[in-house]
This record gives sequence, structure tokens and C-alpha cells, in this order.
Amino acid sequence: MSALTGRYEILLSGSGGQGIILSGIVLAEAGIAEGRKVVQTASYGPESRGGASRSQVILSREEIDYPGVISPNFVFVLTQLAADKYAHTVSPQGFVLADSSWVEAVPQNLPAPIIALRLSEEAASRFGMALFANVIGLGFFIERSGVLRAESVTEALARRVPKHYREANLEAFTFGRELAKQQSGQ
Amino acid sequence: MAQTLLLQGNEACAEGALYAGCRFYGGYPITPSSEIAEYLARKLPLAGGTFVQMEDEIASIASIIGASMAGVKAMTATSGPGFSLMQENLDLAAVTETPVVIVDAMRGGPSTGMPTATGQGDYMQARWGSHSDHPVVVLAPAGAQEMFDLTVKAFNIAEALRLPVVLLPEAVVSHIREAVRIPDPGEMEVIDRYQPDDYEGNGFFRRDERGLAYPPVLGSGFHPHYTGLAHAEDGFPSNDPGVVRKFVEGLNQKVAKNLDLVTDFEEEAVEDAEVILASFGVTGRACQHVARLLRKQGHRVGYFRPRIVWPFPEARVRELAHTADTFVVAELNLGQMRLEVERIACGEARVVGLHKVDGSMLEIHEILVKVNEVLP
Amino acid sequence: MPEVFVKEFARTQHLPTIWCPGCGLGTSMRILMKALADLEVDRNRLVVVSGIGCSSRMVGYLDCNTVHTTHGRALALATGIKLSRPELTVVAAMGDGDAASIGGNHLIHAARRNVDITTLVLNNSNYGMTSGQTSPMTPHESVTTTAPFGNLEHKFHLCDMVKGAGATYIARASTYHYMLAIRLVKKALKHRGFSFVELLTQCPVYFGRFNRMSNPSDMLRWLRDNAVKYVPGKEKELRDEQYYIGELFRDETKVEYGELLRQLRERVRSWEAKRS
Repeated sequence: MSALTGRYEILLSGSGGQGIILSGIVLAEAGIAEGRKVVQTASYGPESRGGASRSQVILSREEIDYPGVISPNFVFVLTQLAADKYAHTVSPQGFVLADSSWVEAVPQNLPAPIIALRLSEEAASRFGMALFANVIGLGFFIERSGVLRAESVTEALARRVPKHYREANLEAFTFGRELAKQQSGQ
Repeated sequence: MAQTLLLQGNEACAEGALYAGCRFYGGYPITPSSEIAEYLARKLPLAGGTFVQMEDEIASIASIIGASMAGVKAMTATSGPGFSLMQENLDLAAVTETPVVIVDAMRGGPSTGMPTATGQGDYMQARWGSHSDHPVVVLAPAGAQEMFDLTVKAFNIAEALRLPVVLLPEAVVSHIREAVRIPDPGEMEVIDRYQPDDYEGNGFFRRDERGLAYPPVLGSGFHPHYTGLAHAEDGFPSNDPGVVRKFVEGLNQKVAKNLDLVTDFEEEAVEDAEVILASFGVTGRACQHVARLLRKQGHRVGYFRPRIVWPFPEARVRELAHTADTFVVAELNLGQMRLEVERIACGEARVVGLHKVDGSMLEIHEILVKVNEVLP
Repeated sequence: MPEVFVKEFARTQHLPTIWCPGCGLGTSMRILMKALADLEVDRNRLVVVSGIGCSSRMVGYLDCNTVHTTHGRALALATGIKLSRPELTVVAAMGDGDAASIGGNHLIHAARRNVDITTLVLNNSNYGMTSGQTSPMTPHESVTTTAPFGNLEHKFHLCDMVKGAGATYIARASTYHYMLAIRLVKKALKHRGFSFVELLTQCPVYFGRFNRMSNPSDMLRWLRDNAVKYVPGKEKELRDEQYYIGELFRDETKVEYGELLRQLRERVRSWEAKRS
């Protein structure tokens, strides 16, 4: 994070349908609720499901000129392709989270720490759907980085997900936070 | 109550259209513009408006011209391939003095190109895509808030000058999500259709001292004749050289005579700048970032971004060409706006292009490398 | 043109028309004027839209709201007018090249949407304005400037096509069948929905001259002799040059698009009222 502007960059990448874009939107809305300037951008291929997708969020205390990610403070990768492409772009002050259910070869020798967790398998066994992996990751990220308040994120999450999945999403988020607490305890 | 929402660029554009009083949308789906249609398909019925999905882009622009002639503010949205199809009727709107707003969300590359990638390749098409001399005004928003603000402005210019106005976002601007403040009704100026009470001698297309004509709305009690043929002040076709010259010149002088309404640019630290980074759209924001960065390092670098790209802000760029040594024109095409800057700088300042056409945004380091090359 | 209705409906200062002597478009315009006059259509609320071609110049002579658009696009533009101002009477007048060739896609979809537009296709079997080229309505083996050895293609059955596309009123007549044509255009104007009238008309200077009918009366005889009165349930095999005249199809059950749109707005309003 730039001390001068408080510019904080987040890069989420996976495959279409993993909820990457939604996670970006939730973080951006939480940012607005906390009075930050926010930008969320996405890049994607022609597929709605599968294919490579990327969602970027910038949070800042000042007006955001360049809306692209320059050196991300947090990189979340949910596929091997994403890991190979983006893990090394992480800022030395940041960290990388990898879903090792999909990322089999965890990138090494990065400028910042990388944490590999079997998120999709955890999500499938605890919440019935691998899709919750990205929300668990969101909880982990918020707990570890402290860049936004957990309440702002859960409020945005509750607004953005379908009503009948709200509870499960909130539980997945809390579970992600727990994982981060366990990590730091280790 | 004014509200601030996280909106996608396309959604902000649709909200801007509703704010400006747009009540007719005729369009054809195409990436990356489709969210504008989807948003208005949901919102227009409640506003008492009409959403219709037409059979192609030719029909789309024809339908909005029809709606506007009937007095209803109308728009369509498309991307490069569809915009090419719209060129035929774009100058029908121009010669019939019909206000319409057309959004061309620019994808990458020619032909089908890169539908989900970004680009700025339609800069010249927006101005010169239709055949022969015709007036058109083009606005290039750089983010979600400008998608709202400049859409309102596009409708205002279209109504004030009675011509087609093009909003030209890059794909990135169509899909970017940012906080957008939607003002209260009445907070922003909205220009509505003006119609004189009477037309002396049926001079439906007679110009006033500002060069503007205000033909009547269909079904308003007059019997106007609208045609794409060269026409006299009464709207009827003519081959008389004097009439035809007046027709073509009058049409094209509208913009030049009202530059105050169609000049809009953003600039920073240009007064003492040796190098000015010039760009448009979101690509301009990358240039702004670099200019600020280099200023902090003590370099005399400035930044210039027209929001209205056609007419190009010629007078201001000519002034800057006197004071600056070099323009670096950064754009996601092979040098379309650069041609304008070169024409205007005309030897007064060096013009260097920075061009990228791979479907992605310009990155900060790419701009830094280019500026470092030209810094004294 | 002595009758009062013509004087009332014509922009007399722009007469005479640009049409050639013997052309059927004058008669066609008169058929439209008479139908509008008989129905006492308010000219302040009447919009006639056309495309490009000889017949499309008609709108310049009609004293009402008129729009002369680009080639083939009349119906697309008329759709915008009618949907945004449903209280207006909207007529689209097009030639055969305009409607069946360059505007074919718009014709199909206007019929499918069933917007309340009265469409008049003035079929003179060729592109007259550009001096006699082949159109989609040029009969097989007829000679034109672009088919100097006879037309290899076959003509379009336009009435059948718009029926398949969803038009809800379809009729055909010719300039020879003047009284019938007026009756059919009146019915089309009164019909709520997409109504379609094909009016065969003579082009003696181009189509006729190349096909041994340079005298307008030869062409009118051709139109008379090939016409077959349509009787529902008694359809028969027609020779290629023959054509049915009369009311060919009518469907009063399909709800007009503008009405559906009005109902949609009401529905959305009541949902919104319940929500808040």
C-alpha cells in the first residue's frame, strides 16, 4: 500500500464462473461504504463459464487516476493458469493466496509470501459447493490484511448474493477469517 | 436524493440517459455495449419509455431517428462493427437536424477484432465514418462518473445543436465499476427539444444567427418534409447550386459557430511543461498518473485530455504547442488522434506517438519508457 | 386531378411530379390519398414514411408529416415513430427494390413485431429511378438493363413472405384495379397491427419498354389479364405471371406491439407501486 495515497491493489484471478467478478464488486462496495475511492475492472474471454477471468480492485484515499493494477498488494489465484500468470506480480509488501485444490504447482520464489490452502475442497465439504472457495478466500484476505472492516464486507456480500445463499456465504466468509487466524497463530 | 452507487460504466451511461430524459432505446446486442440495452430494457417501461430490440444496427439507428423526429429523446449503443453499419443513417440524422445519441463502446482491432478486449480504433470512424461532409460531435469518457456526466452532456449537445452525438468509451470504460454520484433532478442542466411557435413561409430548416435550424416535431401541427436529399430551407429537395452550397456549408458550420458548447478538456501542469502527455478516455488516466509521477520527480511534464474529442480542441492545443517542446500522444490505435495533434502543432512542437493495439490498456511502465526517451 | 381530396392532400406547389408520363405511381398516390380522405384521417397526425426510389418521392407531394429516409429503411424508422407516438397514423410507402431487397430484413421484422404501420409496396417490377435494373420482383426471363438476356432469378412472393413473418393484414391489387385498391388500402389503414398492401404498378419507360409493353395501356392490360381474384378455400395453381388480388389474409387476434408495450408499462408500474 502506498503510504502517500493509501492506494491498495487487489488482483483476483480464476476461471469464469468461480465468482471472481462478484468478489471484486463486493470489495469495491465495501470500500465505498468506508469512504474510499474505488475502481473495479475485469478482463475476461468470450466464455461465461471456464476460460481465464480476472477481477481487479483498487482502494484509495485519494482520487484514482490510473485504474489498472500496477503492483498488487493482494493476489488471489484459483487456477494453475492464474497462478502462473499473476502470482509473481505481487508487491513485496503484499501476499498471495492460492487455492491448492486447483493450483497443484504452487509458484515459488515470489517477492512476497504465498499461502496455499485447499479452498475448493473445504468449500465443497463444508458448504456443499466448491463455488464458496472465493468467499472463504475473501474472509481470509480481510482478516489477514485488515484493509477493510469485516462488517463492511459482510454487508456488501449480503446485498450482492441471492437471498437463499446469504447464510452460507456469510458462514463461508467467517470460516475464511478463522483460517487466517489459525495461520497467524501457527 | 442524490445517491452514490457502485455502477458499471455502461450502467452509469444508461442512468445518464434516463436523467437526460431519454425515453426511447432501439438497439442490437453487441459486446461490450450490451449492458446499456439490458439496463434500459428494465428501466424504460417504468419511466413510460420504449425499449425495442431491432433486427440489426441499421434498423437500430433508423428507429431512434424516427423516435427523435417524433419528439422523444432517443439513443442506441453498439460497438465498432455495429457502428460501421450505423454510418449510413448517422448522416441522415445530421442532414435532417435530428438529435440522437449513439454509444460506440470500442473493442480492440478491426473487423470482429477482439470483442472482449479494449481499444480506441474508432476515433476517426466516429468523425468521418459517414460519407461526405457532415457535422457530428464525439465525447470520450474516462470512467464511470464521466459515463453518466457525458451521456447527459451528449443529449444536451444533440438537442442544442440538432445533430448526432457519439459517446465513445473504450471497452474498459464500459465495464469499469466506480462510485457514481447521480445528481438530484434539476441539479444538472437538461436541454429539452426547442420548437418555434411559427415558421415564416414554412422555413422549417431556416438557420438562426447561431447557424441552427429547428425543424418541427412530427405530429405537432406543422407538415414538415424530412429528406436525406440536399434540401432548401423549406425542407424540399433542390439541385440549385446556390441552395445546395448553403445546405452543405450551413450544416457543417453549426459546430464551428458554437464552439463554446462543444469544447471540453482536462489538463494538469501544462503551463511550464516541456513534455505534454496527450490522450483521451481511460488511456488518458494512465497518462495523468505518469505525469504526476514525473512531476514529483522534478520533471516538467504535463497532461492533456479532451473530453470532447470532435471537434478537437484545436485552439487550446495550438496554444500548448507554442509553450511545450513535445507532445506524447498515447492511444490504443496506430496514431489516429496523433494526426490531429500533428496537424495543429504543425512544427511548433514535436509530436511523438505511443500506440498499443493488443487489446489491453497502456501500462504505466510503457508510458514511462516513452516519456523518458523524449525528456530533455 | 380535379377532385377536392387531391387538392387537399397534395403539396400543389411541388407539382407536377417527377414521374414519367404513363407511370402508375400517380395513380398509386391517388389511391392512397382517396383512402386517407375517405377515412378522414387527420393530416396533422398523419406521418408517411418512404425509402429511396421513384415511389418514395411520393411523400414529397403529400401535404402531411412526411419523411423521406434512406434506401430500405422506411419501416425501421417508422417503427421508432409509431412506438414513441402511438397516437400518430403511420404509413410506409416503398418500392419493390426498397422493400424486398435492401429493406427485406426490416420488412420481415416489422411484420413479425406487428407494429401498427400500414405498409404500401408499389411494385413496378424493376428499379425505375436508376433506369431499369433487375429487382427481386422482376419476373423470370424478363429483360432489364442488368438482365439483358433475360432474368435468371425468380420473383419474390412478398405477400406469402410477410404472412410467414407475422403480418396481420395482407392484400394485393394493381393500379388497374383502382376501386379495389382503394377499398383494400382503407381496410389496411383501419386494421390495428402490421398491414401490408402490395400494389402492382406500371413502369412503361423502363420495364415496359424492354418487355414489349412500352405503351402504358399495354402494361395495364398485362396487369389486368394476369390478375386472379382471390377466393379463400378455392386456391389454384397460378402461372408464373399470374397473381392473386383481393384481401389475402387477416388476423384480428394477435395483439398489436404498441398495445403490448402499453400493457407492459402498466404492469411494471403496478409492480413498482406494490413494492414501495
